[in-house]
Amino acid sequence: MAPYFIQFSYIVAAALFILSLKWLSHPTTARRGVRVGELGMALAILGTLVHQDIVSYRWILVGCVLGSAIGLPMAVFMPMTHVPQRTALSHAFGALAAALVGTSEYYLHTGALGTFTMAALSLEVILGYLTFTGSLMAFGKLQDLVPSRPIVYRGQNVVNLSLFAVAVGTAVYLVMHPGQSGLFPVVAGLSLLFGVLLIIPIGGADMPTVISLLNSYAGLSAAAMGFVLDNNLLIVAGALDGSSGMILSVIMCRAMNRSFTNVLFGGFGQVQKAVGTAEQRSVRSATPEEAAAILEAATSVIVIPGYGMAVAQAQHKVRELYDALTRRGADVKFAIHPVAGRMPGHMNVLLAEADIPYDRLLEIEEINPDFPRADVALVIGANDVTNPAARHDRASPIYGMPILDVDKARTVMVIKRSMSPGFAGIDNELYYMDRTMMLFGDAKVFVGELMKELTGSHVRV
Amino acid sequence: MPSSLEGALFVFLLATFVGFEVIRRVSPLLHTPLMSLTNAISAISLVGSIVIAGGEKSQLSTVLGTIAVVCAMANVVGGFVITDRMLKMFKKREPGK
Repeated sequence: MAPYFIQFSYIVAAALFILSLKWLSHPTTARRGVRVGELGMALAILGTLVHQDIVSYRWILVGCVLGSAIGLPMAVFMPMTHVPQRTALSHAFGALAAALVGTSEYYLHTGALGTFTMAALSLEVILGYLTFTGSLMAFGKLQDLVPSRPIVYRGQNVVNLSLFAVAVGTAVYLVMHPGQSGLFPVVAGLSLLFGVLLIIPIGGADMPTVISLLNSYAGLSAAAMGFVLDNNLLIVAGALDGSSGMILSVIMCRAMNRSFTNVLFGGFGQVQKAVGTAEQRSVRSATPEEAAAILEAATSVIVIPGYGMAVAQAQHKVRELYDALTRRGADVKFAIHPVAGRMPGHMNVLLAEADIPYDRLLEIEEINPDFPRADVALVIGANDVTNPAARHDRASPIYGMPILDVDKARTVMVIKRSMSPGFAGIDNELYYMDRTMMLFGDAKVFVGELMKELTGSHVRV
Repeated sequence: MPSSLEGALFVFLLATFVGFEVIRRVSPLLHTPLMSLTNAISAISLVGSIVIAGGEKSQLSTVLGTIAVVCAMANVVGGFVITDRMLKMFKKREPGK
C-alpha cells in the first residue's frame, strides 16, 4: 500500500509544481501559484514519511525543526533590499543538501553502484559542492563580507580550468572504479575549492547573471540526485529549477550583451580603467528648485531607477515623488532595465514594496518608444544602462548592450553622487548633453528636496 | 537499472521542455519571486534527505542526512514564505487614483 501512496503523491506533486510555475506568470494569479506549490510540497513530504526505509523519525524531526528555525526568520524579517543575499544563501543550502545526500549515498553503497548511477552521483556531488561554496562567496560579496570588486590575478583562468579538469577527471576515474573510495574526498574537496575560485573574479554588477547561473546549477544537482535515487519527482523539480535558472542567465547575459564565458572568465570592469578620463567636458549642474520647476510643468515623466537608488534607500521617497507628480496630473512611469538591481527582477520588488503600482513598471521594450514623447527622464542611481555610447560607439566596452533611450527625452535629469564612472569604468556621454541637468547629491536627500519644492509651491498655489 | 535509466532521462527531458515553456512566459516583473519559488520547489530534495536521515543505516549517513534535512527544510519554509511576502506587495493602481 505504502509504495503506491508514495508514487501517487509524487505524481500529483509534480503536476502541482508545474501548475504553480504556470500561475506565477502573472501577478494576478501568482499567489495562487505559491499556494499550489506549498500543497505539492506538503503532499510529497507526507508521502515520503511512509517510506519503508525509514526506521526512526527523531533525526527527521530535529532537522525539520532546525531548518524551519533557520528558514522562517530569514524569510519574514529579511529586508527586500537583501533578497539577493537570501537567494544566494538558499542556493547554497539547496546545493549542500544535494551534495550531502550524494555523499551519504556513495558511502552507503561504495562499490555497489552501477556506472550510470555513479556518473549521476558524481555530477550531483560536483555541482552540489561547487554551487555551495560559490553561492556562499556570492552571498559574501552581496553582503560586503568579501570585497565585491573582481579579484583577478595572472593565469587565473588556467588555474581554475585545470582545477576543474582534475576534479572531473578524478570523478570519471571514480565512475569506472567506484570502489576507490579514497578518491571521493578529492572530488568533493576540489569542487568546494573550485566554487570559491569561480566567483572570486566576478564583480558586484555581474551578480544577476551569477545568481541565475548558480540557481541553475543547484537545480541540476537536485535533478542528478533524482537519477541517483531513481526518484522522478526530484528529476522534475530539479529540471524546472535548472531550466528556470538557465533562462534567467540567458536573459541577464543578453541584457548586458555578454556571453557566459565573458561573465565567468572575463574579469569585467578591470580592463577599461584607462578609458574615459581623456577629456574634461563641462556638465550643467542644477539645484532642486530648478529641477522642481521643470518637473512641475511636465505632463509625462519617466523615472529610471538603478541599484544606486536601492543603496541610498530612496525608493520610498521616490514613491512620494510619484504620488506628488501623479496628483498634479502628470503621467509617471518607471523604466526597468533587466540588470537594474543585484538579481533578476530585484528592482520591481523594491518598487512594489514602496507601493508603486506594478502596471507603472515597464520593461525596456515597452518603454523605449515613450522616451521621445517624455518631458522629463529622471535617472536615479543608474548609469551604464543609460549610456548612448552603447548604440553608436563601436570602441565602447558596452557597445551593443540594450540601453534605455533616456537621451531622447526633452529634459534629462540625473541624480548622482559625483561624476565618478559606473561599473564598466566608462564615461557616460548622457551627462554632457545640452538638455541634461546633473543633480548632485544623495538620491534620498535630493528626492526629498525635490518633494519639498513641489509640495511647497503646491501650498502657495 | 537500465530500464529505469531510460525512463528517468525521458522524464528529465520532458520536464526541461515544460520548464522552458512555462518559465518563458513569466513576466520579467516577477523574476525575483520566480527564482525564490523555483528554489523552494527544488528543495524537494528534502524527500531524499528524509529517507537518508530516517534510514539510520550508518552514523555518517545519519549525520549528513540530518544536515541535508536542515538545509532543505530551511529552503522549503523560507522559499515559500518570502515568495508570498513579495507577491503580496505587487498591487495594481487603485481605481480613481
